[in-house]
Amino acid sequence: MLDARPASVRFRDPQIEMAHGAGGKASRKLVEGLFAPLLFGSTPGPLGDAAHVDINGAKVAITTDSFVVKPLTFPGGSIGELAVNGTVNDLAVSGARAEALVVTYVLEAGLPTPVLEAEVCAMAKAARDAGVRIAGGDTKVVEHGKADLMYVTTTGIGRLIHGVTIDPRSVRVGDKILLSGPIGDHGITILLARGELDLEADLRSDTRSVLPLVEALVHTAGPGIRWMRDPTRGGAATSLNELARDCGLGMVLFEDQVPVRDMVRGACELLGLDPLHIANEGQFLAVVSPDYADAAINALSLAPGGSEAQVIGEVREQPAGTVLVTTRYGGSRIVDMLVGDPLPRIC
Amino acid sequence: MCLAIPGKIVEISSDNTESALVDVVGVRRRIDLGLLQDDKPAPGDWVLIHVGFAMSKISELDALDQMNTLRALGEIDGAMQEVQGYGLEEPNDAEVH
Amino acid sequence: MRFVDEFREPELISRTAEEILRLAGRDRHYRLMEVCGGHTHAIYRFGLKDILPDNIELIHGPGCPVCVLPMGRIDDGLSIAQRPDVIFAAFGDMMRVPGTQGSPLEHKARGMDVRIVYSPSDALKLARLNPDKQVMFFAIGFETTAPSTALTLMRAKAEGIDNFSVFCNHVTIIPAIRAILDSPDMRLDAFIGPGHVSTVIGCRPYEWIAKDQDKPIVVSGFEPLDMLQSIVMLLRQLKVGEAKVENQYKRVVPWEGNRAALRAMAEVFQLRPYFEWRGLGFISQSALRLNEKYAAWDAEQRFEVPGIRVTDPKAAQCGEVLKGVLKPHQCKLFGRECTPEHPIGALMVSSEGSCAAYHNYEHRKAAMATSLTSIA
Repeated sequence: MLDARPASVRFRDPQIEMAHGAGGKASRKLVEGLFAPLLFGSTPGPLGDAAHVDINGAKVAITTDSFVVKPLTFPGGSIGELAVNGTVNDLAVSGARAEALVVTYVLEAGLPTPVLEAEVCAMAKAARDAGVRIAGGDTKVVEHGKADLMYVTTTGIGRLIHGVTIDPRSVRVGDKILLSGPIGDHGITILLARGELDLEADLRSDTRSVLPLVEALVHTAGPGIRWMRDPTRGGAATSLNELARDCGLGMVLFEDQVPVRDMVRGACELLGLDPLHIANEGQFLAVVSPDYADAAINALSLAPGGSEAQVIGEVREQPAGTVLVTTRYGGSRIVDMLVGDPLPRIC
Repeated sequence: MCLAIPGKIVEISSDNTESALVDVVGVRRRIDLGLLQDDKPAPGDWVLIHVGFAMSKISELDALDQMNTLRALGEIDGAMQEVQGYGLEEPNDAEVH
Repeated sequence: MRFVDEFREPELISRTAEEILRLAGRDRHYRLMEVCGGHTHAIYRFGLKDILPDNIELIHGPGCPVCVLPMGRIDDGLSIAQRPDVIFAAFGDMMRVPGTQGSPLEHKARGMDVRIVYSPSDALKLARLNPDKQVMFFAIGFETTAPSTALTLMRAKAEGIDNFSVFCNHVTIIPAIRAILDSPDMRLDAFIGPGHVSTVIGCRPYEWIAKDQDKPIVVSGFEPLDMLQSIVMLLRQLKVGEAKVENQYKRVVPWEGNRAALRAMAEVFQLRPYFEWRGLGFISQSALRLNEKYAAWDAEQRFEVPGIRVTDPKAAQCGEVLKGVLKPHQCKLFGRECTPEHPIGALMVSSEGSCAAYHNYEHRKAAMATSLTSIA
């Protein structure tokens, strides 16, 4: 039932800053403090990756995502792949199989046609690989200097996958936290590709559709799945902090069980970054009940692309609403959401 | 202050001996060797890197020595407890490192 | 990672922690100050407090070059950067530190050209690539970082790169330690010495701490085993009433320091007669500026700088936290008006600042003891 009285806007910052788009605390404040009260009704439930809509009995999921990336192409992919996989993945982790996407391009005047063509080709290929149809789209052109070459938005619609319900409120103490593969590949690849830090590494973005892995997981452990999320901007730490907040429980991670490639680790140590805060474009987190956890991790590790899946932690009562990383020698630290993008440091 | 990371010198630039390529588990960067001109490193050496400059050479010998000292901690305690059990004098802590 | 992973080995960490428990006993309360912000960060990152006994108290020292920078200096640097032909280059650590008109990142959002660099040599490279712009490098750091700035300036001079300048905020560690020891409300037993500063200055500069102040100091590395071993060494000294300088970080710190680095600093810098340290007040001979040979590259001489002194808000207790007199959560503004999203002081912004470290890594662990189950 829609409330006729609009909820009050709680967002108090005088202007929008880059941090508001970084996926961390600032982004959350903007969404929860301005967009949600004005657009979503006065008491939205926990915000998920996709919205579920009932159309005369047919349950569909719908989601949208925009892609702003510099540089446009990088090892392992380009904006086109991100745009397809990102939306397919948002639908997948909300328990839906993407059926069709529509895409909007905002193009900067002066964009060379071969660049556009390459991106559109990349998009078409990514859609074929992901098994999703691109059903239509829109294009706008803005003045030179107003669009960083191009911005891409995709909106996807999909059918709910039977046998799984995603609800952070169903998470219980004792549930296991699973991760589909190594974190940090995408964000570090982009950071290196920008060229400002003069670092080189043979790293590629992990952009891919996680739908096959999600389907393998649902097939084996569907009834045990409580929650899933693809940890994009803000990293695994942000996704888990959101979950911790939404369910009021503690997410306890075992540091040496979190898969991170050596190179990603090396880059993070050099720059003073935490892999848990780095963006991923081809991984997902899942919280699974303990009786299904073994089957779940087996199913993932046997599925193509899932060989590096790991149980990385478990849900506990304390510290409530918080993500805690523990070490084998008994040390622990809280991992909070960052305010904005992770910044390299020298101190 | 001071995030500094060990890296291995992969190659010294041929046109500038104060510039080297260093490797940290597969991540590479050009670093400046200007602060080590009194003790120039060679490819294969490990150096401590801070803000793109090599600050110091890393001594493998000292690192090994440290590990041995640390490993001996528990053992010497075990030995000391045995010795104390026989009612002999308490050994001097200060000798142990 | 070689020379890193060995010093994070869990089994050895547990054993060293046991040795600390054995040495610390129960009858005495030990107050150890880690001088360097990098050590503060390491303590929280590795959760070392969880494995130390309660009677060992780690007190965070003032060795955070971002934290001790007065707001007025940030304003000065940013005022130069307002000029349309200037590129403001600084380490990532500076980007969210608030000036009175906002942080460097906030200035970037308003259209100023602000760039994050990993190295001063990257800033010089920016100058080479942008001959029509003035690149101003906002330099921060203790003696670990100053030699790299110095060498970069020497290179700029040798290559005749004119469109490069440095706004120098380099500070030195010994005066800061002296200020701590001179402070009447400070009770300390020993120091965990700054490992990376010591790769440059060596271990001799600390001898007065042991001889005149009768306090042990162990120059320490930054991995968990380094810090724990340093604590073992300090406890051993304290238990037999010794006070001397020891070098735990032998694999990297030469006792005599790095002569080439010290030469570079002497070539380029001179000591300022005095400099204001946030929270510690004016300290003489505690900071560096470019000398006459390098005056042409000194941003403070090339550009008009307002030089206005900005005092911290009265309620902010940055100074007391910096000196270790107060713990972060004891500051009245902590977690309320002053959070990482809306920092009042630099201790809440800098990754090594004790307030940021405490807020990000620690304070909700305290809530675990009083079992809260409400949604955070």
